[in-house]
Amino acid sequence: MNTAVPSSSDGKKDAGPRQPKKGSLRPSHWPFIIPALVVVGGVIVFPWIFTLWMSVNGWQIGVEQHFVGLTNYQRLLTDARFIDSMGRTLSYTALSVIAPLFLGTLAALIFNTKLPGRGILRGIFVMPMMATPVAIALVWTMMFHPQLGILNYLLSLVGIGPQEWVFHPATVIPSLVLVETWQWTPLVMLIVLGGLASLPAEPYESASLDGASGWQKFRFITFPMIIPFLLIATMIRTIDALKSFDIIYAITQGGPGTASETINLYLYSVAFTYYDVGYGSAIAVVFFILIIALSLLLIYLRQRTSWLLGDA
Amino acid sequence: MTRFGTCGLTRRQFLAASAAATGLGIAGVRPAFADVNWRKFAGTTIEVNLITSPRGETLQRHQKEFEELTGIKVNSEMMPEQQQRQKAVIELTSGKPSFDVIHISYHVQKRQFEKGSWLADLTPFLKDPSLTEASFVMSDFGSAGVSFATDSKGAIGALPFSVDYWIVYWNKELFAKKNLSYPKTFEEMVAAAQALTDPKSQTYGFVARGQKNANVPVWTSFMLGYGSSSIDEKGKLLTDSPAAIEAAKLYQTLMTTSAPPGIAGFNWAESQSAFLQGKIGMWFDGLGFAPPLENPEKSRVVGKVGYGVMPKGPAAHAAGTTGDGIGVTAASTKKEAAYLYVQWALSKKVGADMLQTGSGVPFRTSIVDDPEVRKGVKMPAEWVDAIVQSAKISKLSLPVVIPVTEFRDVMGVALTNLLSGGNPEAEMRRATEEFRPILERSERT
Repeated sequence: MNTAVPSSSDGKKDAGPRQPKKGSLRPSHWPFIIPALVVVGGVIVFPWIFTLWMSVNGWQIGVEQHFVGLTNYQRLLTDARFIDSMGRTLSYTALSVIAPLFLGTLAALIFNTKLPGRGILRGIFVMPMMATPVAIALVWTMMFHPQLGILNYLLSLVGIGPQEWVFHPATVIPSLVLVETWQWTPLVMLIVLGGLASLPAEPYESASLDGASGWQKFRFITFPMIIPFLLIATMIRTIDALKSFDIIYAITQGGPGTASETINLYLYSVAFTYYDVGYGSAIAVVFFILIIALSLLLIYLRQRTSWLLGDA
Repeated sequence: MTRFGTCGLTRRQFLAASAAATGLGIAGVRPAFADVNWRKFAGTTIEVNLITSPRGETLQRHQKEFEELTGIKVNSEMMPEQQQRQKAVIELTSGKPSFDVIHISYHVQKRQFEKGSWLADLTPFLKDPSLTEASFVMSDFGSAGVSFATDSKGAIGALPFSVDYWIVYWNKELFAKKNLSYPKTFEEMVAAAQALTDPKSQTYGFVARGQKNANVPVWTSFMLGYGSSSIDEKGKLLTDSPAAIEAAKLYQTLMTTSAPPGIAGFNWAESQSAFLQGKIGMWFDGLGFAPPLENPEKSRVVGKVGYGVMPKGPAAHAAGTTGDGIGVTAASTKKEAAYLYVQWALSKKVGADMLQTGSGVPFRTSIVDDPEVRKGVKMPAEWVDAIVQSAKISKLSLPVVIPVTEFRDVMGVALTNLLSGGNPEAEMRRATEEFRPILERSERT
């Protein structure tokens, strides 16, 4: 932008807006930036630097702190419980993203049609998302109970024998994913529904003229055009599922044994039950790197598809 | 306002106390707290940190009586045990805890508190007649209580509050249907559990904790019957000893052949729920969980429950024991006032109420043995008999080490693995190897 600075007749500059020096901000901007800097520094940057510092220290509560270098990180490499929890976190996350994504998309396609009572049904459908996770967990815990739970009763009505749900190592992760899916499918539905509402009508009209079937319209028009929305939903769900703690802790506390112990739960045990803050910090750092890596990958994929929304 | 002497009493308080004492004297009643100057610290405020439990609730229920007796104001908070333990460690490490009195679980926190020197030594207070009743003596707490309260240097930390013996709750109706009698040995217990099990009618012979960490006292209690504890006097782990492996095999047998499906996820609450439905033959757990069983609103087994002492093992007859204590923090600036609270919490009145309502069992034998107190117990006589019999064969069921939570987690995972077919010997050896460096590290630092 061209900003001509008017000059007075005596050759001195007018009292108009001063030009900032090249490459620097005018001092008057700082009062506005400083509060944000203080908050970001205090709430995000400082805790992270402190966590990094703790991760290179042997720091058990009640014992004197001492510098140990990368020992905590080396310990991670041989810690079977950590390695197992990492694998469990990834499988839990993958299932907790894929299932809501599929069901949420399906629900969005259904709710995008002109159903009778669509508004009420949509309202009911999003209700699980609004409930408190711990309350949900307690209700599901009762429902999962092998002897007293309603789920086994419902299965018995259709001739299926009782299941052990969260009470057996083999079925605990799928059962927890069921809870996660029940709660978060509505979120995916809302995102995809938003995407569907923004799609142009013209491609569908020309496809109809060309005699495309319903499936072909979905496969070649709808699906490619909602990919950016699906990626947004994937990113939100991935981050959310990776850091899932409340539901797992309230239902199984990582059990039976360690069958549902994700990194979060292991981290919690190490730091707050065993009071090994140094080692717990090392786990937190590795976990943070994992979340950042996955988020960056998803952001990259999202940018690759942004042309579809015309914001490339 | 006039104050009398150095005790800090106001004239009004002095007159009120004199009138009360005279009145009691005329009535021929010896006040329960006659020799102690209970009002010495009137006007002081103390902070009390309690574990959410029927025992903690008993203290809160009677708190007003303490405040009236002493003039000390009490602010007490009660928290679930996991959170309470975290809060305690963090605050005590900081050196400035927000509480003067703390309720602890000996079997989890004793060694940790000793190592941190977080509790005041109560020995001088116990010897001071102006602070301690003549009848309040350590020998009244029994040998298990004294050993819980005393640290390795002989100091008295938390005083023994409530003891929990592990007993077998058994359903008399189910036993009668099969013409079975209460088992006297481990062998008979297995046989009875298997005979009572009938998956078709969803009836199972045995239930106990299968959940990691919570399940460890089940196994260590079995181990006592095989003549071993989990750690010896020198601190050597015995968790892969022949006795430990035999106990693990017994645990596996009972839990895989006679327990309901999903047992790997059962803690005491799930076990209790199952037993309350009337389809479980035996439930092995602490005796403090008894009251709901006799509550017609919650239980289908009211009047049908037997309270059995732990059956005899091949090498010993022992009842696994855990306990709670209550102590004064070393950092407290109101130690004497806090000590009065501790002494009151362990008084006959509070202890009797705890026993009579089934909220807990006081360590003090003078309370448990008192016929007047026992008359008021609302639980069946068999429950009290189980307490008395268990006290005679009581042994600590968990090791007194700092990383007791890690111990329970590591061993607990091995025990849970047994429920899905793990080999007892291999699992206990693996868990012992995993825990050994943790124990060594904790003792080194």
